[in-house]
Amino acid sequence: MTYTVVFMVMLMGTVAWWLVKQTLNQEPWSAADGDPDSVRSEGVRSSTTAAPLPPKKLALGVFLAVATTLFALFISAYSIRMEYGDWRPMPEPTILWVNSGILILSSLFLQYAWTSAKRENMDAVRVGVAGGGVLAVAFIIGQLMAWSQLSDSGYLVSGNPANAFFYMLTGVHGLHLLGGLIALSKSVRRVWGTSDMATLQLGTELCAVYWHYLLAIWVILFGFMLST
Amino acid sequence: MSDVAHDAIDFAPPVEVEEEELYHAKTWLGRYVFSQDAKVIAIQYSCTAIAIGVVALGLSLLMRLQLGFPNEFELIDPSNYLQFVTMHGMIMVIYLLTALFLGGFGNYLIPLMVGARDMVFPYVNMISFWVYFVAVLVLVASFFVPGGSTGAGWTLYPPQAISPGTPGATWGILLMLVSLVLFIIGFTMGGLNYVVTVLQARTRGMSLMRLPLTIWGIFMATVLALLAFPALFVSAIMMILDLMLGTSFFMPAMVSLGDQTAYDGGSPILFQHLFWFFGHPEVYIVALPAFGIVSDLLSTHARKAIFGYRMMVWAIVAIGALSFIVWAHHMYVSGMNPYFGFFFATTTLIIAVPTAIKVYNWVLTLWRGNIRLNVPMLFAIGFIFTFINGGLTGLFLGNVTVDLPLSDTYFVIAHFHMVMAVSPILVVFGAIYHWYPKITGRMLDETLGKIHFWMTFLGTYAIYYPMHYLGFEGLPRRYFSYGDTDFMSASSQDLNAAITVAAFFVAFAQLFFFYNLFVSYFRGKESGPNPWEATTLEWQTPHTPPKHGNFDELPLVYRWAYDYSLPGAVADFIPQNVPPSEVEMIKEGSGDEQTS
Repeated sequence: MTYTVVFMVMLMGTVAWWLVKQTLNQEPWSAADGDPDSVRSEGVRSSTTAAPLPPKKLALGVFLAVATTLFALFISAYSIRMEYGDWRPMPEPTILWVNSGILILSSLFLQYAWTSAKRENMDAVRVGVAGGGVLAVAFIIGQLMAWSQLSDSGYLVSGNPANAFFYMLTGVHGLHLLGGLIALSKSVRRVWGTSDMATLQLGTELCAVYWHYLLAIWVILFGFMLST
Repeated sequence: MSDVAHDAIDFAPPVEVEEEELYHAKTWLGRYVFSQDAKVIAIQYSCTAIAIGVVALGLSLLMRLQLGFPNEFELIDPSNYLQFVTMHGMIMVIYLLTALFLGGFGNYLIPLMVGARDMVFPYVNMISFWVYFVAVLVLVASFFVPGGSTGAGWTLYPPQAISPGTPGATWGILLMLVSLVLFIIGFTMGGLNYVVTVLQARTRGMSLMRLPLTIWGIFMATVLALLAFPALFVSAIMMILDLMLGTSFFMPAMVSLGDQTAYDGGSPILFQHLFWFFGHPEVYIVALPAFGIVSDLLSTHARKAIFGYRMMVWAIVAIGALSFIVWAHHMYVSGMNPYFGFFFATTTLIIAVPTAIKVYNWVLTLWRGNIRLNVPMLFAIGFIFTFINGGLTGLFLGNVTVDLPLSDTYFVIAHFHMVMAVSPILVVFGAIYHWYPKITGRMLDETLGKIHFWMTFLGTYAIYYPMHYLGFEGLPRRYFSYGDTDFMSASSQDLNAAITVAAFFVAFAQLFFFYNLFVSYFRGKESGPNPWEATTLEWQTPHTPPKHGNFDELPLVYRWAYDYSLPGAVADFIPQNVPPSEVEMIKEGSGDEQTS
């Protein structure tokens, strides 16, 4: 549980520190606060920044915290279970390296889409979004191929905890990517349909951030699998 | 008066809140069934949760029948008994309390109390309810599958949960786990909404420190739930794989019913860690909204500002943060490194500090208040009693050496029922009596409410107080029947019978409540917009019940939520949206004109 506890202590520490900082110097009961202009604990929607944080961006941030907790728990379980005597490491098929390359490319394409959306270059956004989407699908197909290669060579899910964790972690990661593809398909429809630039920019930004996040998670998971 | 200096750097003008486009349903189905209005979703959540809660209440009565009058009732066999225990616990903790506090009260109160038209993502909010509804249906279905529902205890510990011989070890446990996975997915959608709405959709002037404590409690509980449910999700997924695909995450090598199973080397303790990593914050997921709501009930009905508002907020935050590092105190009996036990006992005792701060502040809020002893207030005060009682036994159980002998006895049942079953339920009742006038526009009947309160409050004490004695005597929990044993006195059976009678008494009392809810909806006294003379924004809506969109024009907030009996003001309460210029002050020198 060490990984989870470290992560949770950091996360809850940040939340608590942030909330206390927001509220530390406040005396909401004092008469001065009867004046609406004396509002100071505005939280994340502070009017001192030029553009307020869009709710969707905040929602993605919160969701990523939830997803990180989920993966931290999986990794904790992984490292605890690994200590037991029956753990037999499984080989990593070469295709996983190819898949990793594909996922990196996919992430780069979406980054390109986001920067192009900021520059309002519609053609480039189309290239980025379509390329990112196709590569993400290719990644998922590649993962399925890795599954079939492994099960063909006798590494079945129930054979050993190492195998079971491999299938489960890649599966959960793949499902998160599939969820991302649903969100991305909305952006794709916007790029080819009519939509205002602001919505498009936000959409591509959120997708790109989510893709980078899933790439980072994949790198960590793959690193764990390689290190055993 | 304004002698508080504001640092120039510190200061930020209040945010202008943009008007959002509201979705307007065109069909009856869209307005009342697949509604995107948080208020309708709240009522859907509440009704579903209460309906399944009544089922769980029925299960507890069946359990009590067996315990009070062993083997008198042939319809209850040992496996049924275990199934009742399991489903009662799971439903009450997750499908009733969590769903009711966050899905029900959260949805109704967050937009109204922060001055928003709706949740920020109404569509996701609607999906959240329907996923929850399907989760409940799957749960109910597990009663009717071959083998019946799971009987593994609400903690679902492997290997027992999925080994042959345990009731519902195939279909029952599978449906239970699937239902939990669905519940978590649905809750996460709702939870994102609650958090983002509180942080982003507050109306102009509603700073974090002007939020009513109800919102603080619900907000922090949502944060906890978002971060704790993944642990249950992970353990559910891994157990489903153990059950369906024969993996050995949790399942050790073992002989079951004379045969060596195919499992090998899994760790049941790993499951316990994951489960309680969720399970302990879950206690506070239920408790924090109750803390918040009860603070507002006490303040409103004592006509007095909540004592130590800032401390109350920090206590909520501190309890939330600490609740993630105490989980292993549920596992002392599983065996652990003594230093581990010492660590978790220490953190457990530390968490009592912010909790005690809250209790003192509630009591000090009542001190010399102008107490109106109406039904919501009775329930709020009842909560303080029950919570202190249950909380103090928690201090005993938090210590390893005390916990070990008591852990598997009725003492623990008494402890957690008082602290996290009866206490939150008393708040739920208080909150329903408090907000029913806003939801329906009619008052609940006061006399029926008082009968309901006294029967419930005294009745639950009659149930759980004697259980402490049973626990001290060593009466083990989870047993179907006790037979003849030396260590148990003969009178313990008499006590068990008395507890069963008390349980039926309390269940009977709930009939007054449901009758009241039903009849008052049609015949209750018209409440008007603000029957309790409360300050928070939900009582200042132009319509009662509030219409779609809540407010005509978004209210401007000038003050915190606790301006009751403000010195010098004529009225004994000043709503949050009243500007200082409109507050009527007592004229100097003219004495005590209309200060009643």
